[in-house]
Amino acid sequence: MKMKRRDFLKGAAGGLALLTLDSKVVDARTVEALPPNALGILYDSTLCVGCNACMASCKKANSMIPEMTGEQEIWDNPQDLSASTLNIIKKFSSGTGAHKDQEEDGYAFIKRQCLHCVDPSCVTACPVTALAKDNDTGIVTYDKNACIGCRYCQVACPYNIPKFEWDDPYPEIVKCELCSHLIAKGEISACCSVCPTGASLFGPVAELLNETRRRLQMKPGKLYKFPVYSIDSGKWHELNAPKYQQHVYGQDELGGTQVMYMAAVPFEKLGLPSFPKESFVSMASGIQYAIYKGMVYPLVVLAGLIFMANKNKKSNEEKQSTSTHDQGEDA
Amino acid sequence: MSHEPKALGGRIFTRTFCICMFVVAIAGYFVVKRLIFGIGAVTNLNDGYPWGLWISYDVVVGTAFACGGYVMALLVYIMNRGEYHPLVRPALLASMFGYALAGVSVFLDIGRYLNVYNLYLPWQMNFHSVMFEVAMCIAAYIFVLWLEFTPAFVEKWGLKNFGKKLDKVIFAIIALGVLLPTMHQSSLGTMILMAGYKLDPLWHTTTLPLLFLLTAVFMGFAMVIFEATISSRVYELSDETSILSKIGHIMVYVLGFYLVVRFQNVFMRGYMSEAFSGSFLGNMFLLENLMLIIGLVILAYPNYRNSPRLLFIAATAILIGGSLYRFNTYMIGFDPGTGWKYFPSVGEQMITYGLIAFEIAMYTLFVKIFPVFSSHAPAESNN
Amino acid sequence: MKNTEFDQDQEQVGGISRRDFIKFCSAVAAGLALPGAMTAKIAHAITNPNRPPVIWLHGSECTGCSMSLLRAEHPTLEKLMLELISLDFHETLSAGAGHQAEEALEQSVEANYGKFILIIEGAVPLKDGGIYCRVGGKNFVDIVRDIGPKAGAVIAVGSCASWGGVAAMAPNPTGCVGVSEVLKDQTVVSIPGCPPNPYNLLSTIIHYLTFNKLPALDSENRPKFAYGRLIHEHCERRPHFDNGRFARAFGDESHRQGHCLYYLGCKGPVTYANCSTSQFGDAGSGCWPVAIGHPCFGCAQKGVGFNVPQFTVSPVLHQTPAAGHAPIIVERGEGVSPGSAALMAGLGGVALGAGAVFAAKLDKGSKHEDEEA
Repeated sequence: MKMKRRDFLKGAAGGLALLTLDSKVVDARTVEALPPNALGILYDSTLCVGCNACMASCKKANSMIPEMTGEQEIWDNPQDLSASTLNIIKKFSSGTGAHKDQEEDGYAFIKRQCLHCVDPSCVTACPVTALAKDNDTGIVTYDKNACIGCRYCQVACPYNIPKFEWDDPYPEIVKCELCSHLIAKGEISACCSVCPTGASLFGPVAELLNETRRRLQMKPGKLYKFPVYSIDSGKWHELNAPKYQQHVYGQDELGGTQVMYMAAVPFEKLGLPSFPKESFVSMASGIQYAIYKGMVYPLVVLAGLIFMANKNKKSNEEKQSTSTHDQGEDA
Repeated sequence: MSHEPKALGGRIFTRTFCICMFVVAIAGYFVVKRLIFGIGAVTNLNDGYPWGLWISYDVVVGTAFACGGYVMALLVYIMNRGEYHPLVRPALLASMFGYALAGVSVFLDIGRYLNVYNLYLPWQMNFHSVMFEVAMCIAAYIFVLWLEFTPAFVEKWGLKNFGKKLDKVIFAIIALGVLLPTMHQSSLGTMILMAGYKLDPLWHTTTLPLLFLLTAVFMGFAMVIFEATISSRVYELSDETSILSKIGHIMVYVLGFYLVVRFQNVFMRGYMSEAFSGSFLGNMFLLENLMLIIGLVILAYPNYRNSPRLLFIAATAILIGGSLYRFNTYMIGFDPGTGWKYFPSVGEQMITYGLIAFEIAMYTLFVKIFPVFSSHAPAESNN
Repeated sequence: MKNTEFDQDQEQVGGISRRDFIKFCSAVAAGLALPGAMTAKIAHAITNPNRPPVIWLHGSECTGCSMSLLRAEHPTLEKLMLELISLDFHETLSAGAGHQAEEALEQSVEANYGKFILIIEGAVPLKDGGIYCRVGGKNFVDIVRDIGPKAGAVIAVGSCASWGGVAAMAPNPTGCVGVSEVLKDQTVVSIPGCPPNPYNLLSTIIHYLTFNKLPALDSENRPKFAYGRLIHEHCERRPHFDNGRFARAFGDESHRQGHCLYYLGCKGPVTYANCSTSQFGDAGSGCWPVAIGHPCFGCAQKGVGFNVPQFTVSPVLHQTPAAGHAPIIVERGEGVSPGSAALMAGLGGVALGAGAVFAAKLDKGSKHEDEEA
């Protein structure tokens, strides 16, 4: 009885402590920072014309099969990212859909792919480090030899990016890896290398961030130079600046991403929800850290349990040897 | 009256056993189909709902059902309440099969099962991952459960020497058997915490680990009551209502504390209005807690919890409420928001039912072969 | 070029105006995807008196490839071309005949051993020792095996010489094969087509004359500048394909509108050639089958032309996205189905029912007092 009440109170105190410790545990895990040579892509929805060249080149560069939906099996027309589509152009449309980059009665394009987060949820979630973030370029890569196919990365990714080969008896997780195999050869991501308008712009994230600042300060309607292919390609178009949403998506969201977006239409309309600055994984991981860091608490508890179990066993053995009565009442 | 556990003996191929094995056979067909053609051929799982019935029931709910061994070990060996001792082995039996079959289900669910060894390679281990901890704990706990049951094997097969050696270390094994579920049951809560906005705010809170641990505890107790009531009637064992109702009494405190934390948490975060809004998820929230409150009310009154019928109903209601809570967090309240929908397919369901049927069949087999039940003579007939 | 030099050249090029000559050289450079600065180099090479000659042999052929060379819209170029490439031997066009012609051939081969360009038009029959094509008393296969190794470069012009063409069409009673199957130890450039655009051949020869090597070839030894892309990849009706506008019958409304001919059996999606850009007849745009409303036959592609029926719908070799776009959110996934819902409800009902029955049989009253608090 005494034990019961004591334990109850202990439990209650612990529970209430956890309730109040909410904010404190988040600090228990260090937040990731942008790697020194982080590479990324700046996608400008106002420059995109929906030609889908990036989709075609991505499929070719990554040896992906076409996805034929609908009645006619002659096009590759995926409806979303999938096990054979790492990159897709989607279209937002409202009302008559007649005016480009207009929220009402307008349309706009959005390129969906892995955002290569600075604090990737998938990397934190993966139990076997199949998804890993490169320490130098920050590209999040996938290792099929380590992957067990548990799909926790799919649950954890706030952007719903990793896809799974459901129809394969030995399936893999599939997602954009920023064409790291091409970057290793000194080239740039396939999507950026074919984009005719410069909507997909490759480059070091630091330089891309500078470019976003430049674009946010542009006066709508005035002529400016917009680089194509990569930030340092030396090639550019001269165009009239649009009226941007005064926000770069991916700058802060959930710790920031290396693939960033600019648009004239609100990002929610383009399927990019608004997120807080702290990633969900750092919160969950923070709790894990608070309890399990160095396995101190579990080992302390285990020691206590072993002590109790041993003590009880010994006292029971003594009792048995001194009396023939069984313990406890029975019906 | 003998209080030493004894094998029941008797016919193995009873009607229950045969029906169960028939269900297992149907499930077997779908298992083969899954192995040859892939997960998509058998389930309705998709990129929006990568986790469905298998993870939600077999792992999350199923292991909570299998927490009987955990709570009984805690009660009997740590808190030294020896009067509950007869309930330990039956609970342990249910637990070891419950957890082992959760392991089987995981093996079928993960796509690249041959790579599982990566969990044990130090350079592949990701200590930041909640799932890593859950996987390691559950794998170790399955092993521990079967070790905890070893005394029954020793008694059956007369392995005296081994039995003596085992006796020296069993207390450490039991201690592990209490630590491991505490760790991974709460971590199951932390695991879905990472889903962020995808989990409806009625369930998404940093208190998830605590709530999962509490549900594991009272569902473990409820399962002990549920399964002891059924087996004492089916196998005509002596009535154990008195100790079962004492367990019910313990549950009042755990369940009461859980409900206080649960409602206070939802209220403080400002989502009580959503709970009563009449929306589908609001209704699921109310239903899950209604079941728990029904159980709590019954157990709170001595007259009610001493009645075998009401005790059984309370345990059932609590099992339904607790499992509904876990289903809500992992499947029903989960929505990635990109237009996907999901409902378990026939194949998916059959594999789950097959695993449940297999466990029931093995339970009936083991109680007849190994010494599990302690009270045999029908002392005071209740019928 | 100074006037004096050009006057010399003008004599050699048969009285063409300087402007037309330079235009010709620029056109060749453009067709080869070479920079404009190459024009001068090309002009020098093809007016060089020491340039190697071309010997043109004929096997199992219809002479259509020679005809396509001559069917340019500018008649004066007829002679220009033949003189440009210094055509030493050509069965149809040679002035001489019989033993005279055969001697001229032998002499030219010996005199230009290892340097001349050998063009072969037509397939090589192999059956029964190759007796199904005999020229001057010799089996054509033996002529090819004799002269082929002596050439500086071997070019198989037309689909027949490239891979067998119509001559090798099933059941292929004479055992016709392409030249590369006979001259296995040499690189045999293939210029398939039935007939090919003459500039494909001309540009290849001029590239050889200018740079002393053949242009970049693909895995089937076809020059990449002409055969590097599918017709489908640079077809003028491609926007119709991408937007789903198809003619379904000859003469229907879509056909009249000039929509895509895919469903009429166009083999553009499986044929590598440049018909859609270079077209035919040197007569400007609109001079190729698709432009006039007839689906491509795939005459240049081994396995397609003379093999797959004209109106059979072909697969698409490189699928690219259609002109439409997916919306931001797409509804998908398998929700409840009658079977799955019934199974769950059924088993759930059975379980609840069994539970209720069991509970009903349990003792209701409490005979035991609970003394614990």
